[in-house]
Amino acid sequence: MVNAMEVKDLSYSYAGSNVLEDICLTVGKGEILGILGPNGGGKTTLLKNLNKNLSPRCGCVLVDGTDIADLSKKAIASKVAVVPQTNEVNFSFTVREIVEMGRMPFQESFRGSSTSDSEIVDRALEQTGLTGMQERLINTMSGGERQRVIIARAIAQTPQILLMDEPTLHLDISKQFDSLNLVTKLARDNGMTVVIVSHDLAMAARYCDRIIMIHNHRIHAMGRPEEVLTPENMRTVFNVDADLFFDEKIGKNTVILHDSYNGN
Amino acid sequence: MKGNKTARVTATAMVLAVILFVFVMMDLSWAGTRTLSLGEVWDALIGKGTWANDIIVNTQNLPRVVLGIFVGAGLAVTGAVMQAVFRNPLATPYILGLSSGASLGAALAVLIPVSFIPLTLMQPMLAFVLCFCTMLLVYSISKSSGSMIKTETLVLAGVAVSSLITAVVSLLTYIAPSEQMGSIVFWSMGSLGNATWEKIAFAAPIIAVGIFVMVCQSRNLNAMMLGDAHAMDLGVDVRRIRLFLLVISSLVVAAAVSFAGTIGFIGLVIPHIFRLILGPDNRLVIPISVIGGSAFILMCDYISHVVAPLYGVLPIGVVTAIIGAPFFIYLLCTKKKAIGW
Repeated sequence: MVNAMEVKDLSYSYAGSNVLEDICLTVGKGEILGILGPNGGGKTTLLKNLNKNLSPRCGCVLVDGTDIADLSKKAIASKVAVVPQTNEVNFSFTVREIVEMGRMPFQESFRGSSTSDSEIVDRALEQTGLTGMQERLINTMSGGERQRVIIARAIAQTPQILLMDEPTLHLDISKQFDSLNLVTKLARDNGMTVVIVSHDLAMAARYCDRIIMIHNHRIHAMGRPEEVLTPENMRTVFNVDADLFFDEKIGKNTVILHDSYNGN
Repeated sequence: MKGNKTARVTATAMVLAVILFVFVMMDLSWAGTRTLSLGEVWDALIGKGTWANDIIVNTQNLPRVVLGIFVGAGLAVTGAVMQAVFRNPLATPYILGLSSGASLGAALAVLIPVSFIPLTLMQPMLAFVLCFCTMLLVYSISKSSGSMIKTETLVLAGVAVSSLITAVVSLLTYIAPSEQMGSIVFWSMGSLGNATWEKIAFAAPIIAVGIFVMVCQSRNLNAMMLGDAHAMDLGVDVRRIRLFLLVISSLVVAAAVSFAGTIGFIGLVIPHIFRLILGPDNRLVIPISVIGGSAFILMCDYISHVVAPLYGVLPIGVVTAIIGAPFFIYLLCTKKKAIGW
């Protein structure tokens, strides 16, 4: 499999303490990779290192074989799109205006949108079911709707790699499925690579091709969901009593949480 | 909806252009005790006027109007840019302590005369230098607390430095000999009245280039309004562009403040009005603010000349605040939601 992204010996420290140590991983083209770990464990920090929003203390991140430290922010944004965790917007931009911003990495600083730009924006709106809402104001929308807009913006960025930070956090349960089904479809149809950071075990078991578990700033386990989401690993990393099941009704994996180990 | 918006932008621009033209002509027509007719102004402008009208329009009024156009545009645009950069509705060109720095420069120039440089040149120069130094000071204070500058830290540093410098200026005004006090006070209330072509030749290019550069950044500013992380994800080098815009803004404000004193409220009110009419898109708000700022400052300048003939010409800063503040309060009470803050 061709590697879309490669992380080599990445370490990151903040205010003198190590947040990430010796992270090595590869993501194949079109693969959906889940990065799991408890809150505050450095998952989001790792994600921010993947598009140079943060710069590692040592090690490097290669996209298409190029070290992103050598690329401009704009060049990185033309390959890597992000759906961040927080999406509070105070300004009355319309949905379409926000989605159009996804084309920024491809535009000169003072030139209007081209026809192909607006076609890409139209398609992104359609794929996320926002066509009818494109003139609505973002600051009047719910958290879930806003996230859909940000996903549309990321799609409009036509990225090779999509990074998602806790994509299910603000969403109603049914919308969680809609978002991730859409992303899965894009990965399968367009060969888009997806890296999802989450602490949602069941979601990761269902959607990810491969999972990395982060524990004590290092990679604890890496592999297919059934290899990584073992009761032992979930106990060590998340302190829960849980099991991976194969859900025959949908033909996919899921995780059942029994209890926490705290106080037992 | 899309066509609707284009129509609204065109209409706004056209109305503003007409207002600007009207106030340019009215401001040019002021002749002390009387007012020239628009025909007389026009004749004088194209060189067919009487000798007296030529002096009134082209020598006495025109430099003031031209300086006003640049100062008004510069202040309004930097206001729009600051509000976007800081994602803060209160951000104005003065929030980083720029105006107080310039005031200090002007006050020092009055109090410590340098024999070989005339005061008319020394005052703006010193104001310019101190304005720029203040901005650097504020920026380095906020930088010392961490590698990534937080908007809140920057604003707080600006407010703190600003109040310190304002206190020093008040002290200087207090201890200044009474014949020099008036100069400092009048300067701190703002005036276009001291405009000369030499000053315009110095200020106008800085302001014009600064405005052009800021207009070119308006798309990046849109992304920055969503938040630093969003902007970085969209490929905007936030740290570099923010520093760049701060430097450009302080140059523009320094150029404006050095020659016209501190004229408040333009940077605050004008961008808000157009955000209300046109939405938050900086690609519209910033260029429209250029015309809007010029029109507003000339309107205030005209009013300051004619409203109280008994007291002569009022300081323009007083007029902009007396008109601007109630209007802003009205916006705050009625359209709070629509502005989006």
